[in-house]
Amino acid sequence: MSDAPAKSVLVVGGTSDIGRAVASAYAARGWHVTLAARDAEAAAREAADLNARHDTSRIETRTIDILDTDAFPGFLDALPALPDTVVCVVGAMGEQARAERDPDHAAEVLRTNFEGPALLLEAVAGRFATRGRGLIVGISSVAGDRGRATNYVYGAGKAGFTAYLSGLRNRLAKGGVHVATVKPGFVRTRMTEGMDLPGPLTATPATVAERIVALEERPRDVVYVLRRWRLVMLIIRAIPEAIFKKLKL
Amino acid sequence: MKDLSGWGRYPRLFGPLTTARTAASAARLTAAAPGVVARGLGRAYGDAAIGREHTLAPAGLDRLQGFNPDTGLLQAEAGVSLNDILTNLVPRGFFPPVVPGTRFVTVGGMIASDVHGKNQHNDGTFGEHVEALSLALPDGRTIRCARDENPELFHATIGGMGLTGTILDASFRLRRVETGWIRQTTSVAENLSEAIALLGRTSGATYTVAWIDVLARGAALGRSLILEGEHAARDELGPRQAQFPPARTGRVGVPFDMPGGLLNARTVSAFNALYYRKGARRAGRTTLVPWDSYFFPLDGIARWNRIYGPRGFVQHQCVIPEARAEAVLSAILDRLSQTGTGSFLAVLKRLRAGTGLMSFPMDGLTLALDIPVSERGLALLAEIDGLVSAAGGRLYLAKDACQSRDTFEAGYPNIAAFREVRRDAGALGHMSSKQSERLGL
Repeated sequence: MSDAPAKSVLVVGGTSDIGRAVASAYAARGWHVTLAARDAEAAAREAADLNARHDTSRIETRTIDILDTDAFPGFLDALPALPDTVVCVVGAMGEQARAERDPDHAAEVLRTNFEGPALLLEAVAGRFATRGRGLIVGISSVAGDRGRATNYVYGAGKAGFTAYLSGLRNRLAKGGVHVATVKPGFVRTRMTEGMDLPGPLTATPATVAERIVALEERPRDVVYVLRRWRLVMLIIRAIPEAIFKKLKL
Repeated sequence: MKDLSGWGRYPRLFGPLTTARTAASAARLTAAAPGVVARGLGRAYGDAAIGREHTLAPAGLDRLQGFNPDTGLLQAEAGVSLNDILTNLVPRGFFPPVVPGTRFVTVGGMIASDVHGKNQHNDGTFGEHVEALSLALPDGRTIRCARDENPELFHATIGGMGLTGTILDASFRLRRVETGWIRQTTSVAENLSEAIALLGRTSGATYTVAWIDVLARGAALGRSLILEGEHAARDELGPRQAQFPPARTGRVGVPFDMPGGLLNARTVSAFNALYYRKGARRAGRTTLVPWDSYFFPLDGIARWNRIYGPRGFVQHQCVIPEARAEAVLSAILDRLSQTGTGSFLAVLKRLRAGTGLMSFPMDGLTLALDIPVSERGLALLAEIDGLVSAAGGRLYLAKDACQSRDTFEAGYPNIAAFREVRRDAGALGHMSSKQSERLGL
């Protein structure tokens, strides 16, 4: 045990299955974890669980609504200290068919996956840049690598988020702040429950969390949680549009 | 439709399974679905965890709610598994007050079956260590039950097979342990009366169980290895022994149903004889055993229940009152060895009376053994049940798959009181399993 003060991480979307796994992985390393989520009761439940499991860690909760972008600066300034790392796990698949006929639903999916997370991390980035260090981890998706008929509203939101993270990384590269984009691929969670997922391309939340925590030792820019996804998406991106538009993927 | 068959895979039953992710949804589902019962990890052997109409899986209720390292008090949601508790808390120097023979059970299941372990003669059942629990009732309310709060429901829920409502969470105290090792001492009993005498003499040991060779005949009838265990202190460990050995991973498994004929009197008899001789060589010696292989030897073999073939098996576990124990147990063993119906790892253990309204233990001796399902096996079970019943004994509901209503009613004197608590809670007819329907409970 070192005497150095514990490092701290803010996990936004901390009550999702991936958020919970990420919080648990950091807590296991003795970090001070703040779980931020929309549902205060659900966040308190996760925090109690983590506190019971880890002697050395302190877990706190905050509420945040990812669509309430005006509240972000106040939310960050109210934290007891600026965290060392921020992991944003927020996202929502929505329903593609509904999004096609209901613009409000489409807008909500786009804002939840792109606008909200991007603006929150923008606010974090400014504070990290002033301090001169920090790690920002954004959970994006392979769905953002190319738009497909079955989930392009979600995919477009994630594509925007991926581009935003890439830009932030480029901007902050010289200032000691690192930005990582994590693309989990299929993950067995509540969001994908009941779906028939291909085993070799499907990760567990714990694996996603391990890859994220590993960034603390070895920062990387774009992480496909299962490496074979990088190849799969390389091929999918390489298909000419004239052919791609006729495929059912 | 999901395969909801119990661990013994007899009877084979299918039905809808609904998953609850939060206490609120479990409470809602309990109220909304007459003919429902909760199912944890499906380790009840027979038809206890299969709803008459609906089966509720509290799979999402797997959060710890609080742990106090000063007192050892753990509060946990009902779907938390014993494995999860052990994996997290053994390395921190804590051990559950009571553990059954598998770590793949839930907190809710351990309370509903009021499970016992190798320390039952000293520390009682799991339910005796529960300080409080939350129960979702059929009318949609969730209430807290403890010895001083809704005591009737508390005592009926412990060992109540999920029939008073759905258990949502519970608190209980763990004991401090210095290491994750058990100091095991083996002694040999040449026959049944020696085994019973030794189980009496060793009841000072924290953990005691006898492994019994059910196929030994004649003068050797009931020959056993008596295994005593104590939590080992830190200074007993060798320099290379980790203070808290991790649970085994990379487990071997039974990948498919073994052909039914493979397990016959000859192979089982050979296995039992070998096990007995191997154990007898260790007699009088003391060895250090890691916690997981001491308490959960069969968990090391994934899906071991397939070993009895596709028709499944019934685990018979009875308890016989002290005074009649030796005579009745030897009659049972006699029948088993006559028919050549052998069982791996049959166990004999002394019990003391339980405290739940429907708890299994009584002052006496318990015998547990597997019987593969066949016409002959079921007939033998009925015959053994008759011997148990005539001696004033009873069968363990968590294992039971086929006892008759007569056997059940003769064994459990508190059935009427239990039904009354169920009626008052609105649970009669509403909380209902295939087993409760079969037994008219």
